[in-house]
Order: sequence, then C-alpha cells, then structure tokens
Amino acid sequence: MDQQTAKIVARRKREDRLFKLLGIGCTLIALATLAVLLGNLLYTGFSRLDWQFLTSFPSRKAESAGILAASVGTLAVIAVTALTAVPLGIAAGVYMEEYARKGRINTIIEVNIANLAGVPSVIYGLLGLGLFVYYFHLGHSILSAGLTLGLLVLPIVIVATREALRTIPVHIREAAYALGATKWQVVRHHLVRYALGGISTGVIIALSRAIGETAPLIVIGAVTFIRFLPTSPFEAPFPHHAFDWLQSPFAVLPNQMFDWTSRPTEDFHRNAAASGIVLIAVTLTLNAVAIFVRYRARRNIKW
Amino acid sequence: MFLSWRGLVAGSAMCGLALLVGCSPKTAPSGSAGGAASASGGAAGVIQIDGSSTVFPVAEAVAEEFETETKNRVTVGRSGTGGGFKKFIRGEVDICNASRPILTDEMKGAKEAGIEFLELPICFDALTVAVNPQATWLDSITVEELKKIWELAAQEKITKWNQIRPEWPDEKIALFGAGSDSGTFDYFTEAVCGKAKSSRGDFTASEDDNTLVQGIEGDKFALGYIPFAYYDANKAKLKALKIDWEKDTLGPIAPSAEAVVGGQYNPLSRPLFIYVNKKSLEKPEVKTFIDYYLTNVAKLAAEVKYLPLPAKAYDMVKDRVAKVKTGSGFSGAPEVGLPVEDILKREPK
Repeated sequence: MDQQTAKIVARRKREDRLFKLLGIGCTLIALATLAVLLGNLLYTGFSRLDWQFLTSFPSRKAESAGILAASVGTLAVIAVTALTAVPLGIAAGVYMEEYARKGRINTIIEVNIANLAGVPSVIYGLLGLGLFVYYFHLGHSILSAGLTLGLLVLPIVIVATREALRTIPVHIREAAYALGATKWQVVRHHLVRYALGGISTGVIIALSRAIGETAPLIVIGAVTFIRFLPTSPFEAPFPHHAFDWLQSPFAVLPNQMFDWTSRPTEDFHRNAAASGIVLIAVTLTLNAVAIFVRYRARRNIKW
Repeated sequence: MFLSWRGLVAGSAMCGLALLVGCSPKTAPSGSAGGAASASGGAAGVIQIDGSSTVFPVAEAVAEEFETETKNRVTVGRSGTGGGFKKFIRGEVDICNASRPILTDEMKGAKEAGIEFLELPICFDALTVAVNPQATWLDSITVEELKKIWELAAQEKITKWNQIRPEWPDEKIALFGAGSDSGTFDYFTEAVCGKAKSSRGDFTASEDDNTLVQGIEGDKFALGYIPFAYYDANKAKLKALKIDWEKDTLGPIAPSAEAVVGGQYNPLSRPLFIYVNKKSLEKPEVKTFIDYYLTNVAKLAAEVKYLPLPAKAYDMVKDRVAKVKTGSGFSGAPEVGLPVEDILKREPK
C-alpha cells in the first residue's frame, strides 16, 4: 500500500469516526431530553402516586383530588375508538391491498389516506363536533369522542394493515390459490393470520396515540370537573343499561393533567406530574404489548 | 391468537349496535324520579356548566361541596368565556361561567335562540400588577403610568423604566401579560387603556399564568399582570404593586381581600359571573344548586383565593334569582371601577 492510499484510508476512517461521534451525540441529546423529562416528572409526581390518587374524583383540594373520572373516561373513549377504528381499518386495508383494482381511483384514495394521517388532530375535533355532536345528535358524549378519535387513528390502522399484508411473500398466495382456495379463504386463513403481528402492532400504536390526544376532545366537549362515572354496562337488568355509558359526559387524562398544570399552587402541579406518570406508564405498557405481540407472531411464522 | 376473526366480527357488530343505540331517540326511563323535562339536552339530572377557566376553580369548589351534600350530579368544563357562551346559546349547558359580562353579539344570539338568562355576579378577582422582589425602586404605580406602559402607542417607544419616571432605572422593562384570548387581557386593557383589547403587542404573552409568574420571578426589571390567585400562591417570589387610580382619592391601594371587598381596589377588581338559563332554573336541581351556590360561594371562593362580594351584594343577587329577573345589567361591554351594588341596582335590559 503506497503512501497515497494509506492517507486516503486514514482520512476515510477519520470521517467514519467523526460521523459515528455525531450519531452518538444526536442519540444522546434525544435520550438525555427524555431522561430529564421523565426524571423531572418522576421527581415531582412520584410521591403523589398512591391508591387514593388513582381512585379519587377531582377536587379543589389538591391532596384529595384524583384521576378516577379521567382514567375511566379515557378507557371508555378508547374502547369506542378501538371497536370502530380497528375493524373498519383492517377491512379497508385488506380491501385496498387484496381486492381493489390498481388504478387511478385507488391511487387517489391511497394518497388521501396517507395525507389524512398527517392532518392536525384539532381538525378531526372540528369534524367530530360538526358530524357526530351536531349532525347525528350524539351529544358531547363518550360516543362522539370515541368515534372522533376513531377517525383520527383510522389511517394509521389502514396503513399498518397494508404494510403488514405486503410483507407476506407472493408465493403464499399462489400456493393457496394453487390448492383451489377462494380469495376469501386466502385472505381469511392465510393473509390476515400471518399479518396479524404487524396489524396488532399498528393498532396498538394507533391507540396509544389516541390516548394522548387532548385537542380534539376539548373541541368535542370533554369536561374537566366530573365526580361520577358513566353507568356501568353490566348494571342490571342486563340489556337496558348496557349502552347508557356511551351517552355520558366524560373527562380524559390529558385534559385533567392540563388543567392541573395551569393551577397557581405547587401541589396541583404535583398532581399534574403524577397523572403524567400514569399516562406514560399506560402508553409504555401498550408499546411493550405491541413489541411482545410482534415477537410472538414472528416466532410462529416460518417461510 | 390476539385477535380472532370471531372477535373482529363480534366487535363490528357491537359498534353497529352501539351506533344504533346512540342514534335512536332516548327512550330509556332512567331519568330522575320526578321525571324533570331535560330542557337543555344532555344527560338527565346532570347540571351542566361550562365557560371561563378563571371562574373554573370557584365552580369546581361549589360543585364539589354541593355534590357531597346533595348527591346531585354536576359537570364543569373550561372552554373559555366565549366558548361557554356559545354552548349556553345553543342550550347545551345550564350555567355559563364568565369572567366578563355577556357581549352584545352573544345577547343577540341568545335572543334569537329564545334563551333568557339571569346574570349573577358571584365573586371578585383582583388583577395584580406584579414586579420582581428586587425592584426596590417602586411600591406603587398610577393607572396613568400603567396606561403609558401598556397602551398601543407605547409599542417600541416606551421600553425603559426611566421613561415612566425619571428616577427609575435606565433599564429595559420586561413586560409580561395575558394572552389575547383571555378575559384577563380584555379586562386589563379595558381598565387601563380605556378600550378592551387595545394593547401594545411587544410583550411576553401567555394564557398560562404560571408562565407569567416564572417570567417576572426571573427578571429583576420585569413587570406584569396576573390574577390575584397566582400572586397569592407566589407571594414570596413576586411583589404586588399598589395601584393609584386618579379617578378616586384613595391613593395607592394594595390588592387584598379587604380592599377588594371594601370596593377600594379599583379599577383592577373585576367581578366574575355565572349566567343561568331561565329554563334550567325551573328544574328543581338547578334551583337548589343556585341557592346553595349563593349561600356558600363567599366562603368557598376565599378558599380557592378569589375574593367574595360584599354580603349585601349576595342578598341582592338572591333577590334577583327569587324574582327571576332576566337580562344583563351591562350594555354589552365591561365597565370598570363600579361597585358591584351599583351594577346590581340597575334594571337588567
């Protein structure tokens, strides 16, 4: 190796190292920000996090206030979101990927769905207000809120479903067809089954995004102070009250947290931090479930 | 499997059913035993309140106590005075919290929607002009001087303390004030500059009063205005200025419960209101709530650091409820520095 080459190699290696350092630096900045944020949240709020906090209604006294109404509200809204967005999204994704003829209309729809995923969430709030609250007269209720968030995450579910279907090798489809399976059988027994890992990951990510949404729910009319829970769907006599909860007014966790941060006194800020911890814990748990599901689904599939 | 086909189908069926149930007219006989007609929509038997975030803590305190004592149900939202009035005019809420009197447009809207309302002042907020504790050069300020600092014409011209009074330091004033969407901003500009929303724009504006507190705390040459509750919670970090109003002869007055209730802290005491839908007042639970409200708000407001009205004023408000006097005592614009009794004496139009 002559000197010239050695020089070039040395310079390239230097550049390599430089880039590596830069990369590490960037990663560290992101991680440090997250660590500081989390640390601050834990430091401020952790001592406030107890059974009383989780099971109390909001109150003017910070020490007896809690997040019961807000967390039940969040759960109920997300349940509606999941029940609407998941089946619709998966069905739409399967249709577009497997059934729709590739043509101009399909392309337009595709582009639109991709764009929808980037629309600011408050716009969905306005849409929900006009459509569900006023046009369908569903009121400022859990149902309106859940459906609005459902619209919000629908594109995410559709895109995730399509991506998951696309990873299935074409020879699986061909093999199934070769054995005389109908399209429906192929979709049902093979494609959806194999894509389930990817789909559930997408679904869970979509739901954890919905949980953190504030803006659309303020527009829909989430209240801040509420000291009662929606009627339980299991209240006797059985079917009569099963859906009452859908029409109930509600509070949600992010809004409760926002309200507390805007209060003048420190003790409410601690409450806000504590509800932040709960919110992060829920989101992280969901993400962990997503990773686990994906791992299990991948493990069972060999092709 | 995590999601089976059966689960999916069941799920879709559930949503379909849920939608149906949601859309179908309410027939469930789940209302209260009295069967009170739900004139203002929404869940039966629930008293619905929305509006100003400034009034929210007071409403929350009253609602909390009321619920514990009577087992009635109350919800309180905080979509701002303007947002609250929108829902109020649509008949979606029974009570609207307001940090300013109802505006002409809103009165018109209510009239068109056939909504009559009662205007009830419930307590005071005292806008507090605060500086950094290290600002040793002043303890009081006149309204004229405040105007000189905050008026529209001051923009980019009045930037240093010594432009107001020559003996004050030759340093830049760091200004902090409410964001233009808040009732605090409307009231302060009305009281100081003479016209609502007429203010210089080159100051640090925030809808979050905690941000303003931090700003003033962090800068020796800062000056800002915040609601009294935020000053009260941060007394150690801020210095409240005494306000000297040229239109009265009281001299500089510090913000305090006594000065506000006694009617001396002018023009920066502002009354806060609730507006009650007349139809809602016919519902027994709302009537009980309003009676409870007016009897207990003085104590509860003080607890959340707002300032009660004079006792006489509450009697007048109760009288207004008893006689169901509808309409607003204002002409669609806030007026500053008026004793609340004078406002109440006016025949609502």
